[in-house]
Amino acid sequence: MCLGIPGQVVSIDDAEKLLGTVEVGGVRRQVNLACVVDEEHPVQDCIGDWVLVHVGFAMSRIDPEEAQRTMELLHELGEVADELRAMRGEPA
Amino acid sequence: MKYIDEFRDPVAARRLVNTIEAQMEAIGHPVRIMEVCGGHTHAIFKFGLEEMLPDSIELVHGPGCPVCVLPVGRVDDAVAIAENPEVIFATYGDAIRVPGSHRSLAQAKAEGADVRTVYSPMDALQLARENPDRQVVFFALGFETTTPSTALTVLQAHAEGIENFTIFSNHITIVPTLKAILDAPDQTLDGFVGPGHVTMVIGVEPYQFIAEQYQRPLVVSGFEPLDVLQSISMVLAQILDGRVAIENQYRRLVQDGGNPVAQNAIERVFELRPHFEWRGLGSIEQSGLQLTQEFARFDAERRFAVPALSVEDPKACQCGDVLKGVIKPWDCKVFGTACTPQNPIGACMVSSEGACAAYYNYGRLTTIRRRDSASA
Repeated sequence: MCLGIPGQVVSIDDAEKLLGTVEVGGVRRQVNLACVVDEEHPVQDCIGDWVLVHVGFAMSRIDPEEAQRTMELLHELGEVADELRAMRGEPA
Repeated sequence: MKYIDEFRDPVAARRLVNTIEAQMEAIGHPVRIMEVCGGHTHAIFKFGLEEMLPDSIELVHGPGCPVCVLPVGRVDDAVAIAENPEVIFATYGDAIRVPGSHRSLAQAKAEGADVRTVYSPMDALQLARENPDRQVVFFALGFETTTPSTALTVLQAHAEGIENFTIFSNHITIVPTLKAILDAPDQTLDGFVGPGHVTMVIGVEPYQFIAEQYQRPLVVSGFEPLDVLQSISMVLAQILDGRVAIENQYRRLVQDGGNPVAQNAIERVFELRPHFEWRGLGSIEQSGLQLTQEFARFDAERRFAVPALSVEDPKACQCGDVLKGVIKPWDCKVFGTACTPQNPIGACMVSSEGACAAYYNYGRLTTIRRRDSASA
């Protein structure tokens, strides 16, 4: 819940509601992009961005190296499988 | 457990540990540093960071595990709401096994309540759209890392005019919590490793009072072992120089100003409760969030009757003392015997961010006992 998980924005699904699809460790899932867009970085520019996703909301843009390091950390902490299972909507 | 040679950058890790040893020698007295965030607690145990540090540094595990600090009474309220036949009760997986005074949400589900695990508050809102004849209640939990998500979901429900969606808000806020810890009469902390992702939302400024009023250093930290070691060293450097400041080790993610969109959403949707009860810490003024009048129709506590009782922890459970740092988890009489991650009595054993589960899972007993006998 606290650590979040990095993913890459692969499409914009609803520009008005700021919804896009993010790919996280091979899992695709719709997330809310409201916290990573502003006037200088409109929602259309989010495709290809790496973002840190907390409970279905992209909370920060991160660089690809940081994304990879965070993913490795989550693997070491044993948090990836649970997070991906939750993202796919499967019971814990 | 990991050894330093297995770190991503063992040379850097070794260098940091050497620096910390030299700093502690120069300081010349024991130092107590609290890591506030449960994510840091998890990383500290997983990577065995306490083992690498000089015995004169004590890491105090703070209350930053939202599931752990949820009091029994609030779990009972959640169960009472979930047991309404018209309700679909949507919860994060972390919270489903937290014991209430009679049953957890998982047990309520086994007895017929419609409790569903969701990954996101957006999933709960989707359940409301798909089930217009049911009442969907989202169990909203967490510090400022997850509060914006709940706030943005409420704004979305508002925009769509969705009537069958409410939240049971247990959101808590970090600053009054730190203030309560600093105001405790037996408080002897020398500094803080500050939360990374909460600060990504709120920014660095809200912590200034810790330096200005309480003369304690706080360093906002990332979650990798090297981040945590570096942050500890930054706290020690301040102690050594006789400085107090709020510093940001996690600049690659945390902007000093935080995230304005997230802050605006929180401010629009939530207001501070006069009091909120915490497991172990008691009632803390202005530490909990409730929906503002404008969004009151999304408040499950207004729509459903809840017992709203303050309930003591089970007698055997010493989560409260663990959360205050008064005892170590293994000092608790039921630790690892009657209370395990499979059958938790207290919340600190439920979440991977809880100190008890971390001690249990990573078997830190040898080191802790060694330290204890050394200091006895």
